[in-house]
Amino acid sequence: MKQSLNYLTDPLVKANPVALHILGICSALAVTTSLSTALTMAGALTVVLVLSSVTISSIRNHIPTSIRLIVQITIIASLVIVMDMLLRAFAFEMSKKLSIFVGLIVTNCLVLGRAEAFARQNPVWPSLLDALGNGLGYSLILLIVGAVRELFGAGALLGYQVFPLVENGGWFEPLRLMQLAPSAFFILGLLIWIIRSWRPEQVEEPEFSILSQNDARHP
Amino acid sequence: MSDLNPINWWRRLLALPNDNLTKTLVVAFLVAFIASIFVSIAAVTLRPYHLANLEAERQGRLAAMVAALPGMGDILTGAGVDDMEAHIIDLTSGEFATHIDPATFDQREAASDPTQSSPIPSEADVAGIKQRSDFAQVIILRKDGKLHLVVLPVRGIGYQSMLYAYLAIHADGNTIAGLTFYEQGETPGIGTRILEPEWLELWPGKQLVDKNGEVLISVVRGEAVGEFEVDGISGATRTSNGVSNMLHFWLGDYGFGPFLTRLRNGEV
Repeated sequence: MKQSLNYLTDPLVKANPVALHILGICSALAVTTSLSTALTMAGALTVVLVLSSVTISSIRNHIPTSIRLIVQITIIASLVIVMDMLLRAFAFEMSKKLSIFVGLIVTNCLVLGRAEAFARQNPVWPSLLDALGNGLGYSLILLIVGAVRELFGAGALLGYQVFPLVENGGWFEPLRLMQLAPSAFFILGLLIWIIRSWRPEQVEEPEFSILSQNDARHP
Repeated sequence: MSDLNPINWWRRLLALPNDNLTKTLVVAFLVAFIASIFVSIAAVTLRPYHLANLEAERQGRLAAMVAALPGMGDILTGAGVDDMEAHIIDLTSGEFATHIDPATFDQREAASDPTQSSPIPSEADVAGIKQRSDFAQVIILRKDGKLHLVVLPVRGIGYQSMLYAYLAIHADGNTIAGLTFYEQGETPGIGTRILEPEWLELWPGKQLVDKNGEVLISVVRGEAVGEFEVDGISGATRTSNGVSNMLHFWLGDYGFGPFLTRLRNGEV
């Protein structure tokens, strides 16, 4: 039971797919201009991740090694197409805002990464928990980035005006930078910094050390 | 011994080692087959919702365009929407085709139905649409009983998708009142800049044809000069050209040309 719970909780902070493995960055940048898009994307990815992990895990003993990636991608791609169609049918405005990024869940390394690294080798129940945990870990980062960007970029949260804007007679001058992609990098970088200061074991060994001046002169 | 029981056959298949060629092929086929059925069922079930959404969006765009046109808001609030009427015209003669009910006319279906459409000669097909319906819908807005604006549905190939747009023209049959796109699939962030209000605002007031009736309106590279030109979108040359070609086709002889000539001569 303890172990099961770990599958679910580890990916939240301890092994967060975005903050530790730096996966799924593209969508984390693209859809976090507001909290509502971030929420929809987080939900869509979590559902796809859970369903694909469960499917792949349930047929894991019969996936031939030589074609395993293609089998995984086929399953993920079908789920993503259906998810995209569902959004277009029932959340049309939102799907227009997310444009191609729902479709791009297919190429999100996070989904394939969990299928390849976990679901392929583990029974259904742990795979489901692991997928759900990773989906929630991704969602957590997206929601934080989305909330910061919408709050400081538009003075609102979920479209509800928190800070009155200057143009409407308030005091808040929106930071236009927050609506641009680089701000997501800054926020993500700061988040990773905070998490790694809190949990130093996440800091990676440098691959190359900086040469001292003497070494540089006489290699 | 030939065992034809499918359950035994299935068990034997599952028992095969995973790198076995037969099993690889069967698994590949089954995964692809089940996935495609799953996607097909979703596509068919959700299609009515998609169409309803697109239709709602199309209506919304049209209403938004009509509301944004100068003076239109007053007319709509003052006289009600009775002054906005859809008509079907015969593209070849430019005359109203009163025998077709605008409410049941589906232009997209008409354009793909061989009995209701004609192929366009390739030298005239600048918009790249190959086939056009013999009849087309126009929306006529009247002010105090007098024709005020006509709205024409147009389409043409952009960079990677079919662009669907409404072109609104003043009663003189020559001055653009507005242009709006209601469906496209251009490159996000580049070709999709045709949707930006800043660019669409460049259109009102531009002239379509010169004194001899030759279509001159076009999207040019860089800065536009004069009343027939609109600034191109940098980085989206082929989308810009697509918009230009689309207008040339639909304003020409195979498009709404005959209708617009009648409009300019005051026959409508």
